Amino acid sequence: MTKPYMNPYLAGLLLGLVLLGAIVISGRGLGASGAIKSAVIAGVETVAPAHAARAPFYSEYAEEHAGNPLKQWLVFEVIGVLIGGFLSGLVSGRLTWATEKGPRIGGGSRLAFALLGGALFGIGAQFARGCTSGAALSGMAVLATAGFVTMLAIFGTGYAAAFFFRRLWV
Amino acid sequence: MAPLVPDFLSNELNVLSGLLVGIAFGYVLEQAGFSSSRRLAGLFYGYDFTVLRVFFTAAITALSGTLLLGWAGLLDLDAIYVNPLFLGPAVLGGVIMGLGFILGGYCPGTSVCAAAIGKKDAIVFVLGGFLGVFAYGEAYPAFAGFANGGALGPVKVYESLGVPRGAFVLFLIAAAVAAFAVTSWIEKRVCSLAPSWSFPVTAHRLAAAGLVALGVALVFLPDRKARLLAQVADPSYQREHPAESMTPDEFAFRLIDEDPRLVVLDVRAGDAQKRLAIPGAVALPLEGLLAKEWQPLLGRRHATRVFVDEDGSRSLLAALLAERLGYEDVRMLQGGVAELRRAILDYQPTGAPRNASESDRDRFRSEARVRLAERIAKAKAGSAAPRKAVKKIQGGCS
Repeated sequence: MTKPYMNPYLAGLLLGLVLLGAIVISGRGLGASGAIKSAVIAGVETVAPAHAARAPFYSEYAEEHAGNPLKQWLVFEVIGVLIGGFLSGLVSGRLTWATEKGPRIGGGSRLAFALLGGALFGIGAQFARGCTSGAALSGMAVLATAGFVTMLAIFGTGYAAAFFFRRLWV
Repeated sequence: MAPLVPDFLSNELNVLSGLLVGIAFGYVLEQAGFSSSRRLAGLFYGYDFTVLRVFFTAAITALSGTLLLGWAGLLDLDAIYVNPLFLGPAVLGGVIMGLGFILGGYCPGTSVCAAAIGKKDAIVFVLGGFLGVFAYGEAYPAFAGFANGGALGPVKVYESLGVPRGAFVLFLIAAAVAAFAVTSWIEKRVCSLAPSWSFPVTAHRLAAAGLVALGVALVFLPDRKARLLAQVADPSYQREHPAESMTPDEFAFRLIDEDPRLVVLDVRAGDAQKRLAIPGAVALPLEGLLAKEWQPLLGRRHATRVFVDEDGSRSLLAALLAERLGYEDVRMLQGGVAELRRAILDYQPTGAPRNASESDRDRFRSEARVRLAERIAKAKAGSAAPRKAVKKIQGGCS
């Protein structure tokens, strides 16, 4: 039996407290894309160590972060998101195995666009040093100009482009 | 004082705190409905503004909490990670991510959450994320100049806009409340099944009023640092709370004696330490007393803390501030380095001693003069007035 979603303002308050907890405990905000970056770097370092040592993207990361790229706060945090999301889906009866899509788009196209969207986020988050969580939300919470700039660029572009991609969703 | 990392919580344990924070993060995201791409995309088509509500409420909650904890002296706001701004890349990255949001229906955090409950589109989105980062990494040398350009450091938004912090926070809260009201109105017109139909109206209006009241309160939230510095600089406060001082003779004796219980804190401005390096002294700015970084030194047990400056004015403020903050056994060097020079380093006996105590003093000062000069020369040869290395707080997603 699927339970209704939480009131969004209550969810926002709780999410804010989680973010505040991260700031108080670790002096940093939440994130997501950084863990994907860590995984990619760990993968390349394992599969092609010579390339990882030579190419600046990987070598710069190794210079800035000591130790195993998978032993980062963000990687554990994202593993936590997987666990927490699963637990919530379990208690609210929302565990599924399905593709979610708008009414006017086929399942295959939806997956292709999801792949493209994910790739764009992967690229964009490198330029902006973080995604919606790490740059926009966490940045805004500490009043970082970077957070506000990234937030406005993400949502502004979303609105500007929404009309052209309306077939995907409505 | 928070943050608990890296002094209270080791970096090893901190990684585990990440797991716990992540579980809470994922749970709340899923409960909020962020595991549904259609719900997320609804933000851009007006049928579901859940994202806006959760996002802004969360940002304001965390922001207000951070400011209040900082004001109460429980959190060192200067020790938390502030995302550095790279202007061009931040804008371009945001634009690319905005496109990714519309096409993919998720952002990285929500896609992980949705993948956890078995949304196939979310799993594919996460795979796309790996491909995107990999593609960026491979192509990085071609645009590394741009990607690292426009570096403006960890600037704060109110500084960028040139407005007071409180005013900006109130503006942000007011804008969020207005956006909540307008978007609920739009949502009800666009969609007959929109979430806002089920909201308890009175409770939400009260919450909105409370939020605006919080914003107004934050405008008047004094900056803790400025408040405390102003308090100890106030002459009437100084009359009521006289600072204990240490005579140059005792100071010189304990320096020569290399007394391990003496903590010498040099609050002279600029590079004055270079002119006369006091052996074993640690240089810190006046504001440093409020920073988490110096807490272990200031709070060292069974030690006498003595503040030193050029003439005893800044060290008075420092001593009062340290006492105000609850540190014990705090002194200031009487008359500062100027008096130390006059009484010890440049000591000239004035006429014959009139009594035994004056004769003892003359003997001590004549000897101390030489031995202290030796100690100072030795300290200068080594690394004088070492500055404690600042432990770097890690953050961000890069």
